[in-house]
Amino acid sequence: MSPWLIGFAVFFLYPLLSTLYFSFTRYDGFRQPAFNGLDNWSYVFTDYPLFWPAMRNTLWLVLVMVTCRVAFGLGIGLLITKIKTGAGVFRTLFYLPYLAPPVAATLAFVFLLNPGTGPVATLLEAVGLPSPGWFTDADWSKPGLTALALWGVGDLMVIFMAALLDVPKEQYEAAELDGAGAWARFRHITLPNIAPIIMFAVVTGVIQAMQYYAQPLVAGKVAAGVIGGSGQQFEPGYPDKSTLTLPQLVYNLGFQRFDYGTACVVALVLFSLSMAFTALLMRRRGGLIGADR
Amino acid sequence: MSSAHAGRRSSRAALHWVGVHALGVAAALFFVLPFVFLLLTSLMGDRQALTRDLWPDTWEWGNYAKVWHTPGFLTWWRNTLLYAGLGTLLTVVSSVPVAYALAKFRFRGRRLALLLVIAMMMLPPQVVVIPMYLFWARQLDLSGTLWPLIVPMAFGDAFSVFLLRQFLLTIPDEYLDAARVDGCGEIRTLLRVVLPMARPGIAAVALFQFFCAWNDYFGPQIYASDNPAAWTLSYGLESFKGAHHTNWNLTMAATVLVMAPVIVLFFFAQKAFVEGVTLTGVKG
Repeated sequence: MSPWLIGFAVFFLYPLLSTLYFSFTRYDGFRQPAFNGLDNWSYVFTDYPLFWPAMRNTLWLVLVMVTCRVAFGLGIGLLITKIKTGAGVFRTLFYLPYLAPPVAATLAFVFLLNPGTGPVATLLEAVGLPSPGWFTDADWSKPGLTALALWGVGDLMVIFMAALLDVPKEQYEAAELDGAGAWARFRHITLPNIAPIIMFAVVTGVIQAMQYYAQPLVAGKVAAGVIGGSGQQFEPGYPDKSTLTLPQLVYNLGFQRFDYGTACVVALVLFSLSMAFTALLMRRRGGLIGADR
Repeated sequence: MSSAHAGRRSSRAALHWVGVHALGVAAALFFVLPFVFLLLTSLMGDRQALTRDLWPDTWEWGNYAKVWHTPGFLTWWRNTLLYAGLGTLLTVVSSVPVAYALAKFRFRGRRLALLLVIAMMMLPPQVVVIPMYLFWARQLDLSGTLWPLIVPMAFGDAFSVFLLRQFLLTIPDEYLDAARVDGCGEIRTLLRVVLPMARPGIAAVALFQFFCAWNDYFGPQIYASDNPAAWTLSYGLESFKGAHHTNWNLTMAATVLVMAPVIVLFFFAQKAFVEGVTLTGVKG
């Protein structure tokens, strides 16, 4: 245990306490931190123009993106358990996008969904549908990111598939004898049996949504046509703050504005949210992730 | 009568088969088409990549050579291998003993230790990044190197510890007791009995960790962004797009080259990947 305890102290406890301390100071990383009470906190909640948009976006992602991902993952999981011919091939195809590096996948999606040059626009127009400005129109950037998240649903497919195969066959047979239709069987047998896995998928999805960083940042930068890596400033959350998330604010405040004190306030907001959801994950007796065993 | 009934049943089964597989093909298109478009665009000429064409006029295989020989690309490749390879090795070596202790020993504070592991696992990296950055960059002056990314992995990674513990729980205690009765010390029991049995779990953790470092964007952005010689593929790829902002074909070729190793790795280690994902969700 002891190397891990050192790691715990150095990479968790000490930085967490420092973050808390810095949040009450004015600190640029060079001069000594100067205590300024709750100034940073009140600035973040009342005056910082990017905080509430980022908070709203994070909530949107938590509600809409996570719901879509869990529902779609469950659908694909169900589908894969029903496929009899070529199941291995289908499973591989459904799983592969989950492995695509996020920056690469985001670049690909910004290009593919681009209404000017992207092939998806060609396909949509061929079937008579309009092609929206996915990553250039503030109403469509989050749906665009959601499409990207659905593409990478392979992890959920695998855990749902495993859970679905564990549902006792006898329960389905008994229900069928009682004349239960497909929907009734899904509603009264499948759902209750896999409820803990759905809960697990929702809570881990929420935690991931709060950490959502590379995809919205890269999508915003690439869609805005910013020369990456040159340090050139760009409108954060392009278009119109719609891709801004809380982790991006930590970077923006700390590493672009060198206002470490205020960045630490946002970091602590993020910390509180993720610990609240972690507690939910372990709330039930025994815990969803087996903390009691 | 009964054969007509059987016929109706089997035609219903056939219809079901067709329906399920049609849905499967539709879903497969959603998952596969982005890869197909990616590849096709990566093989187009500079001009054609800016049009909505789906099929390349001429097959520009040279795009891949151009990307490969872009200054910096090989350095990013080497850095990523170093970060992912060395980091994975350190993670496994440091996480196995901790996971073993958490899974197989009863000691005071075990439950608390496990809760802390889970809390660390769920902690967004942004929460602690400011003190960590100040520590590495200002106190140790190691900004612009890969050290701040690699060294922490020598102290046990929370997610790997958790996953390995879940796996080790499935190994029956009787094997360990038998080894102890035969006079093995704890270290020998771990090395000779537990490790061989835990091989699939270790493989899954190693793959996840490798993959995580390969894909990491935030870490390199914080610690390496001011020194292009320390960039990794994930970070370099985005700046590559910036430097070639009108060359979607080259960008897509670079994207393919960054994705390729992960996909090749998947084909060699499918079982371990799937095992790792399943472990996180089900065996809790």
